Amino acid sequence: MKRRTFLKRSTLAVTAAAVPALAQQPTRFQPAQDVKPLLAEITKGAVVDEGGIEVQLPQIAENGNSVPMHIKVDHPMAPADFVAAIHIVAERNPRPLVASFHLKPEAGRAEVSTRVRLAGTQTVRVLAAMSDGRFRIVQQDVLVTAAACLDESM
Amino acid sequence: MMLGKLQVPPSVKKGEPFEIRVLVQHPMETGYRRDLNGMSIPMHIVDKLVCRVGGREILRAELGTGIAANPYLAFYATASESGEVEVEWSDNRGDTGRVTARFTVA
Repeated sequence: MKRRTFLKRSTLAVTAAAVPALAQQPTRFQPAQDVKPLLAEITKGAVVDEGGIEVQLPQIAENGNSVPMHIKVDHPMAPADFVAAIHIVAERNPRPLVASFHLKPEAGRAEVSTRVRLAGTQTVRVLAAMSDGRFRIVQQDVLVTAAACLDESM
Repeated sequence: MMLGKLQVPPSVKKGEPFEIRVLVQHPMETGYRRDLNGMSIPMHIVDKLVCRVGGREILRAELGTGIAANPYLAFYATASESGEVEVEWSDNRGDTGRVTARFTVA
């Protein structure tokens, strides 16, 4: 009898402890978010043209923790008409806005290289803002075999 | 004060774009990871970086958790006279870092 009650209680205790732990476990795969509101916040309803940006990203990234990325906007940096900003948006990252770069005409070239983190296979968008208020966007798919931002230590 | 590396060509041509490369030593902790005790590691990222050439700002970057640890940035600048490239950054804990490099216009 004593053993029986002990078993019953311990089963209950273990179940009670395990249920919240399961509920709290982070979703292993980040769902792709709708990035339209974020893009709209940046563009503020302006016209966005497709293309005009060259994005170099590996088609298959083995490690999402560090993916080399090279962005080149095909636009001269004249003092009157230049690329004012470049935004990187990754729809499956927990914080989709990866980085924003604000450029001045003195930069000479609208080119930026960096290394980004990608939480899984997804579409990466690059939004470029021109000094006259126009926008350009391109998107590129990346296959990520080992995603970043997930809990690696557990 | 944080560590960083700045690479600028020693001599550049007047008005022609030259590449500036910056490497900042920083963990860029996302805030989503947990340590071995299950405690969440607080977010610790470089969120602002500014580059000035000869005292004039040419690039301002707002970085997020989506930038890999030890942030690397490469971009271009032009100059009409010899001077100094200055890169300054700060993280979300208020720590700052600064690197400079001199160049001459040939």
